[in-house]
Amino acid sequence: MRKYNEPPGSEITPPELHARRREFLKTSIGVGLLAAVPSAPTFAAAFQFGADAKKSPFSTVEETTPYKHVTGYNNFTEFGPDKDDPARLAHRLITRPWQIEIGGLVNKPVTLGIEDILKLAPLEERIYRLRCVEGWSMVIPWLGFPLDVLLRKVEPLGSAKYVEFISAVQSENMPGVQYHYLDWPYTEGLRLDEARHPLTLLALGLYGEVLPKQNGAPVRLVVPWKYGFKSAKSIVAIRFVENEPRTLWNKTQPDEYGFYANVNPTVSHPRWSQARERRIGDFFKRDTLMFNGYAEQVASLYTGMDLRRSY
Amino acid sequence: MPVGMLKSLVFLLSLLPLGYYGWGIAQDTLGANPVEALTRGLGTWALNFLLITLAVTPLRKLTGWHVLMRLRRMLGLYAFFYAALHLATYLWLDQSFDWNEIAKDILKRPFITVGMATFALLVPLAATSNNFAIRRLGGRRWQALHRTVYAIAILAVLHYSWMVKFDQSNPLLYGGILLLLLGVRALWREQERKGQLAGKYLPKIRGRIIPITPRQ
Repeated sequence: MRKYNEPPGSEITPPELHARRREFLKTSIGVGLLAAVPSAPTFAAAFQFGADAKKSPFSTVEETTPYKHVTGYNNFTEFGPDKDDPARLAHRLITRPWQIEIGGLVNKPVTLGIEDILKLAPLEERIYRLRCVEGWSMVIPWLGFPLDVLLRKVEPLGSAKYVEFISAVQSENMPGVQYHYLDWPYTEGLRLDEARHPLTLLALGLYGEVLPKQNGAPVRLVVPWKYGFKSAKSIVAIRFVENEPRTLWNKTQPDEYGFYANVNPTVSHPRWSQARERRIGDFFKRDTLMFNGYAEQVASLYTGMDLRRSY
Repeated sequence: MPVGMLKSLVFLLSLLPLGYYGWGIAQDTLGANPVEALTRGLGTWALNFLLITLAVTPLRKLTGWHVLMRLRRMLGLYAFFYAALHLATYLWLDQSFDWNEIAKDILKRPFITVGMATFALLVPLAATSNNFAIRRLGGRRWQALHRTVYAIAILAVLHYSWMVKFDQSNPLLYGGILLLLLGVRALWREQERKGQLAGKYLPKIRGRIIPITPRQ
């Protein structure tokens, strides 16, 4: 039995570093002095979030949706049902400290702080189309890295077939959580091969800055070939499971929100057609593309499946 | 205030929502999805005017302001006006007049079906909202036709409710107001019926009553 609150592994200083603590003090004084000289701004710029993000070949060349719309027109139901609720209310979300617990059918379950996650891999800029199930779309320059980087760390077992994502619930800060007709927390899921697909992004920022709270800070999923609701926001837990997990929207309206939710112009939502979409900023609608235009990369994931039934 | 002036005032006030959305589209102040804001805004105002029109009779009874009656036709026509604009935004901005798509939408999607039915039922009411039509139809038939507005209002709220994703608070609010407006009519009707049975309209009898009995 533990007699005291053992600090988490991430907070324990490795012994070799501990032995060199005097050295660390000396160098940090040196760095401090260096920072005081006029060249400091360039020095600081090197540490700016996302400043050295690589451009990705997966990026679209389409015109990006203006920042004010990307951060002002959101579905983040924890903060309310209206599109402007997240921008008005998400400032109440507490994003530090933040941990993601990764477990389930894995060899090495782990709990990572957001600082650790930021250091896992270099950030990439990925300009993706986002298609909402409601019939509108945007083009967003995300910052992040492939989700697979994170998933590899925990070594999934052979029995793991699906990955479940669980979003934060901060009842006192999230007015939308008081809508009891939704079964909080927000949960989403992907098949393991979908989760490990190179297009599947763990996003930590957008438009060159740290992810705004209304967009799912501090860390969210971006699955560009699926309707937006599949891309869970403000993730606190990732679980590897054997069976297809239930998801919040699927539990609420199973005929409207399927598990796969691949963007598909030929499969209608029960209340509207999905054949067309309105790109935010456009007056008229445009045709929706199969897999939101990512068919070349992802269509092979679904060979032999009836996408009409597995909507 | 003379009736003419009141009517002009209400006429201009009723154009304010149109002005708001027109200005919003021109100046791009309707947010990220102005077309959606426009379509929904016009629909909301069609429903608002429908309920305002239905509030005229109860309000007149409660307040005794009989002048309200003189505004009812105009308010009802505004409900039709905003409903027509609401429909036009759907046909034009949402569907680009793709009649094939529109037909499929009407057949397959209950909230569109109900919305279309609501509008179709409004057309004859708007077409007969003039003195000539009242004379032509006769008061009774005209009134019977215009009583379909109760069903129309119910359909309009249903259309709203089925369109909404999950937050039913606004449709429930509209439904509640409609229930009140229709409920008070049913209540008054029932009171009237009871009053008639109790002899409310019989002339007051003074003096002695001589029973009339049939002869053998």
